[in-house]
Amino acid sequence: MEPIVKHTGNTAVLPRVNVDTDQIIPKQFLKRVERTGFGQFLFFDWRFLKDGSDNPDFELNQPAAKDATILIADHNFGCGSSREHAPWALQDYGFRVIIAPSFADIFYNNCFKNGILPIRLDEEKVYELMENGKDKVYELTVDLENQTITDSNGFQASFEIDDYWKEMLLNGWDEISLTLQYEDKIAAYEEKQSV
Amino acid sequence: MKPKTIIEKIWENHTVLSEPGKPDLLYIDLHMVHEVTSPQAFEGLRLAGRKVRRPDLTFATMDHNVPTTNRQTITDEIAKKQMETLLKNCEEFGIEVADINSPNNGIVHVIGPELGLTQPGKTIVCGDSHTSTHGAFGALAFGIGTSEVEHTLATQTIWQSRPKTMEVRVNGRLAPGVTAKDIILAIIAKHGVDFGTGYVLEYTGEAIRGLTMEERMTICNMSIEAGARAGLISPDQVTFDYLRGREKVPQGEAFERKVEEWKALATDEGATYDAVVEIDTSEIEPMVTWGTNPSQGVGVNGVVPSPEDATSSAERKAIEQSLEYMDLKPGTKMTDIEIQHVFIGSCTNSRLSDLRAAAKIAKGRKVKEGVRALVVPGSQRVKKAAEEEGLDKIFIEAGFEWRESGCSMCLSMNPDFVPEGERCASTSNRNFEGRQGKGARTHLVSPEMAAAAAVAGKFVDIRTLETEATSQS
Ligand code: SF4
Repeated sequence: MEPIVKHTGNTAVLPRVNVDTDQIIPKQFLKRVERTGFGQFLFFDWRFLKDGSDNPDFELNQPAAKDATILIADHNFGCGSSREHAPWALQDYGFRVIIAPSFADIFYNNCFKNGILPIRLDEEKVYELMENGKDKVYELTVDLENQTITDSNGFQASFEIDDYWKEMLLNGWDEISLTLQYEDKIAAYEEKQSV
Repeated sequence: MKPKTIIEKIWENHTVLSEPGKPDLLYIDLHMVHEVTSPQAFEGLRLAGRKVRRPDLTFATMDHNVPTTNRQTITDEIAKKQMETLLKNCEEFGIEVADINSPNNGIVHVIGPELGLTQPGKTIVCGDSHTSTHGAFGALAFGIGTSEVEHTLATQTIWQSRPKTMEVRVNGRLAPGVTAKDIILAIIAKHGVDFGTGYVLEYTGEAIRGLTMEERMTICNMSIEAGARAGLISPDQVTFDYLRGREKVPQGEAFERKVEEWKALATDEGATYDAVVEIDTSEIEPMVTWGTNPSQGVGVNGVVPSPEDATSSAERKAIEQSLEYMDLKPGTKMTDIEIQHVFIGSCTNSRLSDLRAAAKIAKGRKVKEGVRALVVPGSQRVKKAAEEEGLDKIFIEAGFEWRESGCSMCLSMNPDFVPEGERCASTSNRNFEGRQGKGARTHLVSPEMAAAAAVAGKFVDIRTLETEATSQS
């Protein structure tokens, strides 16, 4: 996976609570056999009108949200099922960072496993960012090393993250790369147990 | 030496790495793969240029969306693609697969034991939550997600934090007409749908020791419905006798040596657990669920509860929601609930003994008009064995449909489903909203109870029925 050390990018604002995995990626798109290519179905029912054209009212379709890599979301983002299709779709669409006051547990963990940095931030700070980013191009810099979020107008916030996941994202390791660092231990185990 | 539980012994035998601040890295002895949760894992390997570390410890089958009528013409394009993809992946990565034409094909949790792949002391994973079934053999078996499937393929390990242990003791002997399914439904009804969260369960007690392997599998299968990470039973002579001579176990002398190893796995006298729950067999009746989670069940002679009976507001809300979805009124006798569908199958209850038990009830009787009843064997081997005994004829004569093996109406990913608003007596493990079809209403029961419901068109206490059958013969 691509490491995340310091990431600067445009933001998209999604001021809705309890966005569930079914809204992130509706059921009818789950039967694919690929992991890639889910981005085109992200928020499908919100993003497109019945005739398949872009819904001009949807937040991600606003010109200011174009090419956004940072999603600013509201409480309990990613609730619902444990399906990993949700982070796959967000990642494939281009998001690297999601900032919200709270996340659903399983979704939060699934983000790390799939190269997305989810950041829990105080509600007031998140709403401040939403206000800043509303209807205009608004860039943020997320510094994972120092655990800070800044903009060019003096906004500053720090965030918490588990060391285990931090190390993984900083190095661009997926869990498999991390485990493969212990390859010698695995091989030694196989040798000893003759499995 | 400090006495240990089987859970601790297996854990310690498989710990590759244990460092503070991290979960433990556990070695996996057997990885079972099926068509629905594996394609993205294989794709991930390909994108990263990785290999399967131990194809020899990996075994694949197709079960979730195989059709149970004509296996040769698959009309669902997506199901077809998933099955073809599995075949391609297995070929590319060198994994043995029981494809749709293989005599070994069947539901992943039925064929593992059948082939002798499942053995005491093994760590087993599969991208399916009912992997706990394999615990019946004294194996530590977890369900995992797609990322972990990929992780296991690449490294033959998973990261898991050390679980807490819980003893689930079933005291007394099983009364006639009460089955393994009733034991597990009664345990979950008594202790709640999440009493096992964070734990690995070990089932113990006189009643458990008296069960056959197939019955033990039914119990362990539903550990996940109690929220547990896994559930198992210490191996004994019943376990060894079941495994002797199976295709994938060592043969002859080597097998007997294995048995000695396996015997040492059983929980030591005096070992302690982090928690203990109990149930007496005298409390257990043939069970029927009335709600939308497996803990919402009562004895067949009971009634649908009222939200007023709830001890908390959360429970009250859960009862209200379930009653609304199930369209049931408090106080309704379970024996007054009419059903339109019957499903005998799934990894919980689709083995030969399950089919025999259902056939015993079906024999000489007729499925009630207006009821559609399906029998779906768990594997092609079970199907063949049942046909050799003439069970298929008994079912067909009684008006049941006799199908090819697969998951079928357990999750209705294939064309078998229950129409909206209709009721199904099902031997599967989940009665969630929409599980057997949009708006479908599922009542979980044992195979005997399901067969009896097919005949009566409503739930009946099989203990009354059996006496009739005896007097007729
Ligand atoms: S029978 Fe049902 S529970 Fe069992 S593996 Fe198939 S879908 Fe899962």
